Amino acid sequence: MPSPVSFFDVDGTLVRTNLLHPTVFYLANQNNPLTSLGAVARAAFGAPRMALAEMIDRRRFNELLFAAYAGTSQDRLLLLADEAFDTVIKRAIYPGARDIVQRCRAEGHEVVLVSGALDFLMERLAKHLGATHHISNRLEIKDNYATGKLLRPIVAGPEKARLVREWARDRGHDLGDCFAYSDSYSDVPMLSVVGHPCVVNPDLRLHKLARTYAWPVITLGERTRAARLLERLP
Amino acid sequence: MSITSYPPSSSELAPRARTRGSHPLVVTLDKKSAPRAVFSGDQLLEVDLPAGTRCIYPRPPMATLKDVDAAIRYALNHPLGSDPLHAKLRPGMKVVIAIDDISLPLPPMRRPDVRERVLTVVLEMLADHGVEDVEIIIATSVHRRMTAQEVRWIVGDRIFDAYWPDRLYNHDAEDPKGMKLVGTTEAGEVVELNRRAVESDLLIYVNLNLVPMDGGHKSVAVGLCGYKSLRAHHNPKTMRDCWSYMDPGKSALATSVERMGRLTEKTLNVFHIETTIDNRMFDKPLEFLHKNEDDWSGAERAAFKGLSFTLSKLPQAARQAIFQKVPSPYGMTGVFAGECEAVHAKTLERCYAQYLVPVQGQADILVSGIPFISPYNVNSFLNPLLVQVMAQGYLFNLYKGQPLLRKGGTMIVFHPCTDQFDKEHHAPYIEFVHDVLPQTRDALEMHKKFEEKFATNPAYIEMYRKGHAYHPVHPFFMWYWGEAGRQHVGRVIVVGADNDYVPKLLGYETARTFAEALSMAGDGRRDPEITMMHIPPIVMADVTA
Repeated sequence: MPSPVSFFDVDGTLVRTNLLHPTVFYLANQNNPLTSLGAVARAAFGAPRMALAEMIDRRRFNELLFAAYAGTSQDRLLLLADEAFDTVIKRAIYPGARDIVQRCRAEGHEVVLVSGALDFLMERLAKHLGATHHISNRLEIKDNYATGKLLRPIVAGPEKARLVREWARDRGHDLGDCFAYSDSYSDVPMLSVVGHPCVVNPDLRLHKLARTYAWPVITLGERTRAARLLERLP
Repeated sequence: MSITSYPPSSSELAPRARTRGSHPLVVTLDKKSAPRAVFSGDQLLEVDLPAGTRCIYPRPPMATLKDVDAAIRYALNHPLGSDPLHAKLRPGMKVVIAIDDISLPLPPMRRPDVRERVLTVVLEMLADHGVEDVEIIIATSVHRRMTAQEVRWIVGDRIFDAYWPDRLYNHDAEDPKGMKLVGTTEAGEVVELNRRAVESDLLIYVNLNLVPMDGGHKSVAVGLCGYKSLRAHHNPKTMRDCWSYMDPGKSALATSVERMGRLTEKTLNVFHIETTIDNRMFDKPLEFLHKNEDDWSGAERAAFKGLSFTLSKLPQAARQAIFQKVPSPYGMTGVFAGECEAVHAKTLERCYAQYLVPVQGQADILVSGIPFISPYNVNSFLNPLLVQVMAQGYLFNLYKGQPLLRKGGTMIVFHPCTDQFDKEHHAPYIEFVHDVLPQTRDALEMHKKFEEKFATNPAYIEMYRKGHAYHPVHPFFMWYWGEAGRQHVGRVIVVGADNDYVPKLLGYETARTFAEALSMAGDGRRDPEITMMHIPPIVMADVTA
């Protein structure tokens, strides 16, 4: 019988960064300072649209955000990937994140990172944490340059639930035996398709939902005062 | 309000012309007897019991030690079966002091806690002998981690400020690097204990012995172990062979723990310090709850009425706070130190002296209230699974000799059985009650089909390790805890349940009133022997034919 799978959201769940941080790193590390300046300025100009998109549609937000990569060469994306991982992501990994991934592995689970972040960064994170697979976004590349568009399917919001379901089904896993971990209310669909949902460092909305459904609530890293207050909610 | 002197003298406790031979604390009620006070969770009820019912009262609190610190020093310097503690110390050695967790006593005792008293003396002695590498581990086994505030309560401010959190911490049975194999017993039981404790030059265990099933080999072999060791005895088969948990000589659980403990003592250098306390659970305003209701003064009767009325009008959280936030004025009745078995024999003597009441003959119907607290819900709610633990686990097992209830007899208990859980402390309990129990109540089947899945659930394990949740196997152990009772008791009838679903899940019947429960329990039998255990405080029946 196939082993259970643990699906982990990444941003806010295993690392304290979000999609913006590595993007800003790339924008700030273009070929020359002037290009960098222009890219950062364009991104700042588009920030209000992205903020609005995030509130309405997570997928649209991803599309707007990754448009900032348009014109970046594939070589450069990969060349900077190690540095971006070390500088931005690795140091933002929550204490205990590696432990819980290792615990899942020790119990025989396959561990899949499910993230809207880019595949070449998630590959490095998966390797570092000991995860076995990742489901992540991929940039469209034409003539060795990123077009700024994402390849379908876009990993975001409810789409994550479909991807998780299909990933498990294609490999013969019983979703009833699988686990999913997330910090965000936008991942409720993904949490809902597995037999063992679990919330990590949840926001108030997700915390209330988790309490209603008696989903386990765990904290990675130091417990904030807000987290402690949330725990004692009736 | 006038309160009679306390503790009451034995003449006060002897109810006027209402005893039936065996012991003054076994009271036979007549038609003129007052209603009895019964706990139903965090509510207090008055229940009219039929004439002829035996009511077993707790013993009055024993005399406490006059000079606790002197008694502790005496015990350390005149140990049983061991060199004095100071003779075991040398500069530079590595020492672990393990202490019992918050599950004892119930409710938590007024400060200073017994453990603070003992630790203060022990730490001073260690410092005097140049022992500086000292760590204090709270022996939680698979219980939940204690919060910083709870730890501060039991060890005191001075020790807490000096040691927490680097040198005073909770045991972690799931730390992959934190456990070490000690060996395997001749019966194949794996003994795996806290690594730091195993690798220390000296392990000092500071126990607080509330009931006879505590302490002895259980302190180290259970308190500092993990699931690999616990499953050797916390399983349905072993639990079925316990008659009773409170009578170590007749408990398969105690026998298994003893084997594991003996192996531990052979391998590790352990110095045991055990303490006993009286049963003074209620302080001044509530101390009349220890007494026979027929002997209550007018003021005490009015106080009871006022209290039960107030509780009935308060929300649940406020009722819980009233009972759980008020510490008990327990006093220390004994302290013994040295080699495990020699020490524990003395502890058991003192424990039995406090709790045992001789009772002649078994009962057909055993009546008892289920109070608001168990060892597993300090500072949280007594959830449905713990109601079962209290009924078929603890109440049924409060005997020595024969069970107080005859085989196939009926238990009538009072509790609302509310479908409520502490979402953090008892997170895995919720899934157990609402997913496992609807599928099976058969302990052997759930042991086989579900236990492993829970035991390896990474989310629950994370909640146990980093949060304050019980380990995911704990709800299974709680169900097994009622296993001997389930095999023996014919029926359990709950009076006052606020729903039918939870009692059904637990395999209980429900009755709206005590009279209805009694009529169901009588089942055509003429003059059934009805016995009531008047708890809390704790009382144990020493039952003879």
